Amino acid sequence: MKVAYWPGCVSRGFTPELHGSMALVAERLGIELVELDRANCCGAGVIAEHNQELVDTLNARTFALAQKTGLSMMNICSTCQGAQSECQERLDADTAYRAHINEALSAEGLAYERGISNKNFLWLLVEDYGLDQLANQVKSPLEGLRVGPFYGCYIVRPKHRLGYDERPERDLYLEQVIEALGGEVVEYAGARKCCGFPIVTMNRETSLRQAGTHVGDALDADADCLVTPCPLCHLNLDMQQPEAAKIVGRDLGLAVLHLPQLVGLALGFTPKELGMGKHIASTEWVEERLSAVPAG
Amino acid sequence: MSEFTLKVRRFQPESGDPPYWQQYDVELDETLSVLDGLLQVRDREDGTLVVRCSCRAAICGSCGVKINGESALACKTKLRDADEFANRRNGGGQPIVVEPMGNMPVVKDLVTDMEATHWTKIRRVTPWLLPEGDPPEREYVVPPESMIDVTQSMACIQCGACVSACLSMEADPDFIGPAALAKAYRFVGDPRDDQHAERLNDLAQDPHGIYDCTHCFGCIDACPKGVAPMDQIMRLRRLAADEHGIDDVNNGRRHEAAFTKIIERKGTLDESLLLQESYAAGVKGKLMPTPGAIKGLIGSLPTALRGLRTGKMRSLAKLIPGVHHKLPGDSQKDVKRIYAHAEDHREQLNLYIKGEEAEQEAPEEAVEPEPDEEGDR
Repeated sequence: MKVAYWPGCVSRGFTPELHGSMALVAERLGIELVELDRANCCGAGVIAEHNQELVDTLNARTFALAQKTGLSMMNICSTCQGAQSECQERLDADTAYRAHINEALSAEGLAYERGISNKNFLWLLVEDYGLDQLANQVKSPLEGLRVGPFYGCYIVRPKHRLGYDERPERDLYLEQVIEALGGEVVEYAGARKCCGFPIVTMNRETSLRQAGTHVGDALDADADCLVTPCPLCHLNLDMQQPEAAKIVGRDLGLAVLHLPQLVGLALGFTPKELGMGKHIASTEWVEERLSAVPAG
Repeated sequence: MSEFTLKVRRFQPESGDPPYWQQYDVELDETLSVLDGLLQVRDREDGTLVVRCSCRAAICGSCGVKINGESALACKTKLRDADEFANRRNGGGQPIVVEPMGNMPVVKDLVTDMEATHWTKIRRVTPWLLPEGDPPEREYVVPPESMIDVTQSMACIQCGACVSACLSMEADPDFIGPAALAKAYRFVGDPRDDQHAERLNDLAQDPHGIYDCTHCFGCIDACPKGVAPMDQIMRLRRLAADEHGIDDVNNGRRHEAAFTKIIERKGTLDESLLLQESYAAGVKGKLMPTPGAIKGLIGSLPTALRGLRTGKMRSLAKLIPGVHHKLPGDSQKDVKRIYAHAEDHREQLNLYIKGEEAEQEAPEEAVEPEPDEEGDR
């Protein structure tokens, strides 16, 4: 399998462990990543506030760069998925609008053609790679590890835009992956709620209250860790966790893994190889938990 | 006919008991609604079950509830769909769970107090026209096309489903919220209204206003009428920040401007620079940061230091705003050219109004305007 790979900004910024672990895991799974190193930021919903045409053109450029490779596109960020799907919805809906946007790309020799396939690693794993094939690759099943899924809003809503009409189980994929890796799914209130990150610089209290509440709920449900396909959620759930703890007035301390890290653990990589030491909330408990279970 | 089990959250304040769950079996055609199911329970099995409804056709907006945790109108949700959703993970035998709407007090069983949050917040945005001068002798005359933009927010039937689904309001009950802000856009986008700047300034400066929305899309999925309140909130932000240049105390405009500028200069996000500029644009130059901005910057220091310690921020250089790399080759120039093109045109495509093309060259269909001016009950 070979994909045009858009890693996004944050995986190469404040969550470098995501970019690194994705590279390791893709190689082990036999997914060849053709990185779109000339592509630009998706706008993360912010540029859309400023100028809709601008964000549509920026993402049309990324899509056109992907289409030039002749491959389907893969991302590793719920926010990229949602922001890009929003632009794609408009670009695909209207021929005249698409032509207008393509005018701006023509100087670079690019043009976006309607109907690109752009999937988050989570969707690709379930829909194209396949859970059976994934399970076959597991070397160290995550037995006894209680994992809370955390999707990120941009990959679960709005359902129509994100293809739920054809793929209604997309908001169950994390659960399915956790089980395929041998882990145990933790049911808790926050799995499909908002981490609060988009307003952390505007209303810190509302933002971190959301993150802190979800981490707390997962702890109350006896989770050993959370897993997320969104590095922006990771920033609020992990990087800001000590600050979120202050806002909700309780001790937290719950490891938050990026999706490729969770897959990587089951494939036999060490936490160190997967960059888990870079996290703010300690991941030691996850290691202890996994080593406590006798092999076999 | 099919059998369905409804698991209903009951609450009678006069009893002094806490809320409890009660299950009912109903037998109905699978294409009938959850509301039909609830009404059958009330008619045949338990006359004490309290549910609010009127039109049964998704027009009056009375029967908002949560079905399997999702805010919706009971009359617009088919039993078959609700049953499938309830059983999609657990493989069958699960009841359809029906609860009162969230983010508002419960009066009894499935009936919530719409006054306490919903209507109070609607009134907060001055939901009536504030025109300039004396009213004309006859009706106000405006070109029809100038009203098209607000037809989407006019479609609201005030059911409160978006308020129930709002995740920001769950964390901050004072958030003005999706229904009221969509209503605010209805007047900010109305050419007859003379208070656009005042309205926008009010909603931008309020810490619980337009910059308290966290982009969760909950309201978009919950709305039975396609109002997409979050999209209206983003339109309010665009107007406040870009058209009216309102420098709000919440750093909303600064954040948006900084983000947009960084991508023009670097192509991908320089998080350190974003953090600095969001809180204190011009800390190096013209503008002085506000006390709020200084507080924000200081507040983010512990997080930055922790990141440096674990290696998350990779290096000290990564933390210095502005050292972030540009896109390779000519790509940065290409991005700049896109900016020039798009900032010149600023075209907006609203699919609610325009509709999606079925295939390559679908003919343009006439817009069906919403017949009810206000849509209010």
